[in-house]
Amino acid sequence: MAETTPHIVQSYGQELKRLRSLLVEMGGMVEAQLATATLAVIEQDAEAAARSVEQDPAVDALEREVESFVIRMLALRQPMAQDLRQIVAGLKMSSDLERIGDYAANVAKRSIVLSQFTLPFKLGGLAHMARLVQENLKMIVDAIDDGDADEAAQVWRSDQAVDDIYTAIFRELVTYMMEDPRNITPCTHLLFIAKNLERIGDHATNIAETVYFAATGESLPEVRPKGDSANYAVIRPREE
Amino acid sequence: MLKSQNYFPESTIMEQASTPLLAETSTARAAVSDGPVKLSIRALSFYYGANKALKNISLDLPERRVTGMIGPSGCGKSTLLRVLNRMYDLYPGQRAEGEVMVDGENILASSVDLNALRSRIGMVFQKPTPFPMSIYENITFGVKLHERLSRADMEARVEWSLTRAALWAEVKDRLHTPAAGLSGGQQQRLCIARTIATKPEIILLDEPTSALDPISTLKIEELIDELKRDFTIAIVTHNMQQAARCADRVAFFYLGELIEVGTAAQIFTSPRQRRTQDYVTGRFG
Repeated sequence: MAETTPHIVQSYGQELKRLRSLLVEMGGMVEAQLATATLAVIEQDAEAAARSVEQDPAVDALEREVESFVIRMLALRQPMAQDLRQIVAGLKMSSDLERIGDYAANVAKRSIVLSQFTLPFKLGGLAHMARLVQENLKMIVDAIDDGDADEAAQVWRSDQAVDDIYTAIFRELVTYMMEDPRNITPCTHLLFIAKNLERIGDHATNIAETVYFAATGESLPEVRPKGDSANYAVIRPREE
Repeated sequence: MLKSQNYFPESTIMEQASTPLLAETSTARAAVSDGPVKLSIRALSFYYGANKALKNISLDLPERRVTGMIGPSGCGKSTLLRVLNRMYDLYPGQRAEGEVMVDGENILASSVDLNALRSRIGMVFQKPTPFPMSIYENITFGVKLHERLSRADMEARVEWSLTRAALWAEVKDRLHTPAAGLSGGQQQRLCIARTIATKPEIILLDEPTSALDPISTLKIEELIDELKRDFTIAIVTHNMQQAARCADRVAFFYLGELIEVGTAAQIFTSPRQRRTQDYVTGRFG
């Protein structure tokens, strides 16, 4: 339901707008944090990594601000229906965004270790995965801004591609490790980096579910497309 | 030997818990929709002279449930309550079309005994309306119209109804003092006690707490929760939070029309109609 009728109490409407703009600001921050962290990995740029890690406290502070703002609105406005959904959704989304920031910072931290190695292979797959995750994150932040259920559903569906590429990267890295034990340390870090990116994708789909519910009052189906089969990749348990 | 395909224990942690936010549970829905219908309003229209105040309303009141009626002033919700116990019969020029079935009988039929009807369908008004007599007599007045009870039985009935109305402890030592000496909240609970003393099947509450302080309001709401074990209740309220707290089902009225009816959880979290949404969120144009 698009929001067209203004609130009779104008300050209430302004508070709802402020909540939304806080979330979009937070989304913009984690987008930048992830972009910097990705740059740090792909370009082996330790300085970019440090910048990405340094952004984390600001994201955490915004999460706390959203939290106290939401509690205040619940107490003072006693919201109903769409407003209630949006306010509670704000609380959930801020916690997802904060986790995304944490994962981005973790990617950046690992890239610092990674920059000390000369890698005998290209990071094309990882760069592709990072780009997909960044696109999804950007789209979901736009969906928060517009309260757009269709856009949210699109992000929700497109996480499948991220999971697929994660599985492919997993296989690739395990192969490098088997080829040369000297690859084990950098590849382990790269595995965690890929896993962190995959988790960022999952949190983006969580946000997509929340945006969809806040906008429509309906829940997306409980089972979402999920293709991360890295858990079973390469080595399968043997049946005897 | 590994039998499990689930090779890495972390995989269980990685599963996304899909928790729908605020969605009503299936049990909540079942609790409300279960149970027989006590009162069924069918294609009801109501006229104040030429003015059509209710337009083709159809609504079921489930037995032993609280149905909340909300809507802006003049939407017809109080009119509907007045129809449900034939209050309009007192005024010439007011008429109803359609049917209101209680246990299979159309109470709008001219053959219905109004006194008997009003003992089956009790009503409590916005302002406390104690009779200018003692607390005890306020209760017995209505009972005497319908029943002949011995002194002991009558005393038991007075205690029963005052206890059910959560007033007994406060008034048991001054039953024979004037009811006008009670506080507003106590007077309203006395009116509820007076209503249930005749053992009605349905209780209609027309903004029963709008003249009361918050604590008295909560006591009445607690009372409503208690009373729904025995009675079918319809409550008209301007206070959305009150409807959310008290009612199992909520009906939203606008300009004499029933716009939407659903569980309280559905109406206040995900109303389906735009007008309901605008009203409950305070956006009404």
